[in-house]
Amino acid sequence: MSDEKKFEPKIIGFLCNWCSYAAADLAGVSRIQYPPNIIIIRVMCSGRIDPSFILEAFKDGADGVLVAGCHLPSDCHYISGNFKALRRVTLLKKVLRDFGIEPERLRLEWLSASEGDRFAAIVRDMVEEIKKLGPNPLKAKEVEA
Amino acid sequence: MAKEKLKVAFYWAASCGGCEIAVLDINEKILDVIQIADIVFWPVAVDVKYKDVENMPDKYIDVCFFNGGIRNSEQEHMAKLLRKKSKLLIAYGACAHLGGVPGLANVADKKEIFEKVYKTTFSTDNPSYATPKASLHVKEGEVDIPEFYDTVLPLDKVVDVDYYVPGCPPAVERTTFALDAIAKGELPTKGSVLAPVKSVCDECPRKKENKKIAKIYRTYEKAPEPERCLLEQGIICMGPATRGGCGGARCLKADMPCTGCGGPCPNAPEQGAAMISALASILGLEEEKEKYSDEDVEKLMSQVKDPIGTFYMYALAASILGRRVMKK
Repeated sequence: MSDEKKFEPKIIGFLCNWCSYAAADLAGVSRIQYPPNIIIIRVMCSGRIDPSFILEAFKDGADGVLVAGCHLPSDCHYISGNFKALRRVTLLKKVLRDFGIEPERLRLEWLSASEGDRFAAIVRDMVEEIKKLGPNPLKAKEVEA
Repeated sequence: MAKEKLKVAFYWAASCGGCEIAVLDINEKILDVIQIADIVFWPVAVDVKYKDVENMPDKYIDVCFFNGGIRNSEQEHMAKLLRKKSKLLIAYGACAHLGGVPGLANVADKKEIFEKVYKTTFSTDNPSYATPKASLHVKEGEVDIPEFYDTVLPLDKVVDVDYYVPGCPPAVERTTFALDAIAKGELPTKGSVLAPVKSVCDECPRKKENKKIAKIYRTYEKAPEPERCLLEQGIICMGPATRGGCGGARCLKADMPCTGCGGPCPNAPEQGAAMISALASILGLEEEKEKYSDEDVEKLMSQVKDPIGTFYMYALAASILGRRVMKK
């Protein structure tokens, strides 16, 4: 029980430069409170996120991964990067399930530059969800061994 | 005659035996090989015992071609032994290189595999559920058989590997390329895959026009047009994510899609992820953008049956995650 209380998930957030990173920035400038569990990596576009980045994050012990990009259908700075991200993440979730990693740990969201509050809400929600799921099963195994 | 002959060994671990045949596929070139090499160990063809290998001095073998992954204790022992006795250890074929098709067993573990094989398969009648035990005490004494592991490993996760020859089995070109390089002493940097760096698509003679597909067909569902790219016709072909050098996209010349035996391209070392990425880029209904819902995408992607078996047919054991998370 005490272990469960102590568990603080580590979340990797891949945020696109044009919308969702700006949303996180806005959350910061507006001093909106959200849990410090997310480590943000800024990428130029959600379409730049190779599925191997996400697999690598899970392998290295991330409890959750957030991929965020510009709103569908037409906010993407590069026209269709968000669609590519949507399809990649959808397909990757199926593969993750087969690898024994809960697909709920991987989350895809669309955030515009003005949605700082929504970014904070998503992080709060994700931390709660992952606390319920528990630590990354790969990490749990390592601790045991 | 002045030059001493090369001492060559072949060994098989978790593999089907096809690689042994692939060695002979070089046909009359085998005679040239015999000119420059002596076979000192090859269980499938030459009667040399494990004990004889153990008695060889260290680094006695010049080149050892090792095919098959590592899935039990005997294979692990032989991999370590042959590493010690060989100057060059070459992972020959997809199984030694990446785990290969046997590596797909990494979606299960020993317990599940034994249940399936010795209990639940339709043709099995085994009421006492007798399964192989690593050691068993009988009245004559102790009987040992190799211990079966939960996970299949590619050779380089067990011992240091000098070179890789990809393919399932390696194409004749790959085998002769490796043999020539060894004979001439012109080997590239240690750890190289002895194949071109370009993808199968690059060597494929099929016409590539516009990659945009909305429906996926499995090979039995469609007779493909003979000259057009299979991926453009909706048949999943691992070509974009697979290293070439297999003899000019051999499978595609026979109207079959590439399944990925050449392993990943050097710039995208996670083959499955590279293919997920490539397929997701072209599978879609871009013109209907406005109406795109999550359910539509889910439906679109659900057309991929058996994602692991498709994207990781040969490289599961060598992938980033390597296996399904072990239960417990």
